[in-house]
Amino acid sequence: MDLNYSPEEQAFQLEVREFLQQHYPKDIQDKVANGIALKKDDYVRWQKILAKQGWVAPGWPEQYGGPGWTPVQKYIFDEECGAANCLRTVAFGLVMLAPVLMKFGTDEQLEKYLADIYNSDVWWCQGYSEPNAGSDLASLQTKAERQGDHYIVNGSKTWTTHGHYADKMFTLVRTSQEDRKQKGISFLLIDMDAPGVSTSPIVTIDGMHVVNQVFLEDVKVPVENLVGVEGDGWTIAKSLLMHERTYIAQVPRSKKQIERLKKIASEERYNGKPLIEDASFKAKISAIEIELMALEMTNLRVLSKISAGEAPGAESSLLKIKGTEVQQAITALLMESVGYFAFPYNKTTMTEGWQEDPIGHPQAAMLAPHYFDWRKSSIYGGSNEIQKNIMAKAVLGL
Amino acid sequence: MNLEFTEEMVMLQDSLNKFVQNEYDFETRQKISREGIGYKEANWQSFADMGLLGVPFDEQYGGFGFGQTGLIVVMEAMGKGLMLEPYLASVVLGGQLVQLAGSETQKEQLLPQLIGGELKLAFAYVERQARYNLSDVECRAESKGEGFVLNGSKSVVFNAETADKIIVAARTSGDTISQQGLSLFIVDPTAEGVTARHYETYDGLRASELNFDQVNLDADALLGTLDQAYPVIESVIDSAAAAICAEGVGVVSQLRQKTVEYLQTRKQFNQPIGNFQVLQHRAVDMFMAEEQMRSLSYLAAIKVTEGESHERIKSVSAAKVYLGDARAIVGEQAAQLHGGIGVTDELDVAHYVKRLGLLNTLFGDRDYHLQRFSQQ
Ligand SMILES: Cc1cc2nc3c(=O)[nH]c(=O)nc-3n(C[C@H](O)[C@H](O)[C@H](O)COP(=O)(O)OP(=O)(O)OC[C@H]3O[C@@H](n4cnc5c(N)ncnc54)[C@H](O)[C@@H]3O)c2cc1C
Repeated sequence: MDLNYSPEEQAFQLEVREFLQQHYPKDIQDKVANGIALKKDDYVRWQKILAKQGWVAPGWPEQYGGPGWTPVQKYIFDEECGAANCLRTVAFGLVMLAPVLMKFGTDEQLEKYLADIYNSDVWWCQGYSEPNAGSDLASLQTKAERQGDHYIVNGSKTWTTHGHYADKMFTLVRTSQEDRKQKGISFLLIDMDAPGVSTSPIVTIDGMHVVNQVFLEDVKVPVENLVGVEGDGWTIAKSLLMHERTYIAQVPRSKKQIERLKKIASEERYNGKPLIEDASFKAKISAIEIELMALEMTNLRVLSKISAGEAPGAESSLLKIKGTEVQQAITALLMESVGYFAFPYNKTTMTEGWQEDPIGHPQAAMLAPHYFDWRKSSIYGGSNEIQKNIMAKAVLGL
Repeated sequence: MNLEFTEEMVMLQDSLNKFVQNEYDFETRQKISREGIGYKEANWQSFADMGLLGVPFDEQYGGFGFGQTGLIVVMEAMGKGLMLEPYLASVVLGGQLVQLAGSETQKEQLLPQLIGGELKLAFAYVERQARYNLSDVECRAESKGEGFVLNGSKSVVFNAETADKIIVAARTSGDTISQQGLSLFIVDPTAEGVTARHYETYDGLRASELNFDQVNLDADALLGTLDQAYPVIESVIDSAAAAICAEGVGVVSQLRQKTVEYLQTRKQFNQPIGNFQVLQHRAVDMFMAEEQMRSLSYLAAIKVTEGESHERIKSVSAAKVYLGDARAIVGEQAAQLHGGIGVTDELDVAHYVKRLGLLNTLFGDRDYHLQRFSQQ
């Protein structure tokens, strides 16, 4: 057992670090560090810089423009990005849709979509969930009926992150009624500006607009927008879940947040001393650090298995649950660190260009909204209850 | 022993529940919170008409003399309705400071007006460096002629914007953090040298940052004995902490009820999600937390009324620790069990969850009270 990076890996680490120092835009870095709301343009700008360097899609095979990194290199990249407060690239096109197209798409589809995804010229959103199909995704009801060389799509998608930004949406739709609800689902690409598509904002607990409900009314979708064959949607969606499992835990980001927590706690005062010297507050930080330490090592063990060529099992569920629990615990402690000064709420504080004097600690205003908003992380991406169901079945055989 | 409410209390409870039902549905509440002063002046008058503003005060000033028991009845209803009116700031904090520390003249001047709804108070005690330590006070009042001159700042003063008078805790002697040397002053917010920055809190209440720059105070602005305010402050804050534990019970009972209803109606996998045992157990945990909180809230009410300070502190801090635990057991789980809809602004659940978060912090969070309990 050896935790150290090889000389080549160390050289790579340095290369990534230097690149980020030189090319990661300072204004975006500040926004991420201070929890300021990000705009589409921030993502596009950063992703284009990464694309130019050839690093925007670490998970893609080389033939499609991936950098050809080993799993350890990908991990190092992720770690350095976390340490530099990098904006995480938006997953919908790069991480979710692109691998699906590579595996199930036609040459024409690859030709048509891949470059735009790589260069962030076309923005995708994910239209899976419906008002009555959340955890039980297979019960989705949005219907696509074949009429000549088109599908006519009717129904509604919801919780669509970035739906108001997106040019296109990849969806799961029902193309036929079968004995099992998993059958009869197809994977269809829909233009957001097609007639009959409309979105309405959903404001979340933090007062922000990131998610949407999308309405589909007699939307005409060309049959060439079908990915794979009709009725294969469920299989395709499931294969998508197998991607990028070691990055789910977000260990580097949590490390950075703990750093931030310690900094705030050393600047806040209690009983005439820095808060971080308060024994019980210190113990609470330590408890999270221990969780994170375990998570990082588990993550590395999974990585090591993958490097050795083993196919990982249901570890992604473990990483997702523990990862989100750690993130949520950090947001709670961040909020607690500023005491009463978490109370003032001003929506504009969370957006760029905010110039007023802060109330209390300069970062205080964002901490409560983030704590409440981050409750979502144990709900989306397969809720933590569903992840436990998966592990009970797949790992423990219960 | 009898742990039931008296008939008077039950009547109070009923009329409040009716008020919440008729005047305080969630949509109305949201509208009120977003507009103007953040609460409805007409509601405040209804409170006065219903006698709510006199609940804890002696009958000789026009109050009901219901004491802390009356307060927990009112505050539980405030929690159920997520009400926004400045009851905590004006009645529980401001009024009780006057009742406990004020001279006969001050009480006669202020309490009847307050009870009638013509006068509102606020209490400024938080400071930037103090966190939850009530004696960490840098704001100073120096003697000047017959009166005083006040300098310094106070933070997160609830409902200062609409208060006619603000009671300010200031240091008149002693070192920072010393419990000796604190005094209370009644300050007119329109006086020269008082500046304020008002804002919304994350759960829709209103608070302010206040600054005092050479504010001149008359001798009769002093509330209570010079230099000896700490025990008064601590006991009124304890009463208020016990009161918000009752408010927490109201919040938690709503969250539990709404979550159970959702578990019964939301269907996934062809069945109500309430069929899944893991979710049933979470709901039961919520229910147990609610019952235990109610018990500790009653105990704290009893001890605030009649206990010596040591017992009062233990029971109030115990109730407050439980209130802190409820943030996770009830608040976070209510959101979780609702799925995506639980973290949206449009559903009332998120707003109860936020109030519960705020109540944990207010008057000292779970860790603070655990420590305070252990030091008794
Ligand atoms: C901020 C946010 C962004 C999102 N972005 C997107 C997006 O871009 N695209 C998209 O398609 N979707 C998105 N989602 C939707 C997300 O995937 C769903 O919210 C999630 O699948 C849960 O579904 P639901 O909200 O309907 O909750 P439900 O499925 O109704 O679940 C309610 C509760 O019941 C529990 N539960 C359900 N079934 C079981 C069971 N069998 N055993 C035990 N417990 C169970 C759940 O864990 C949860 O606690 C987003 C959601 C949020 C909150």
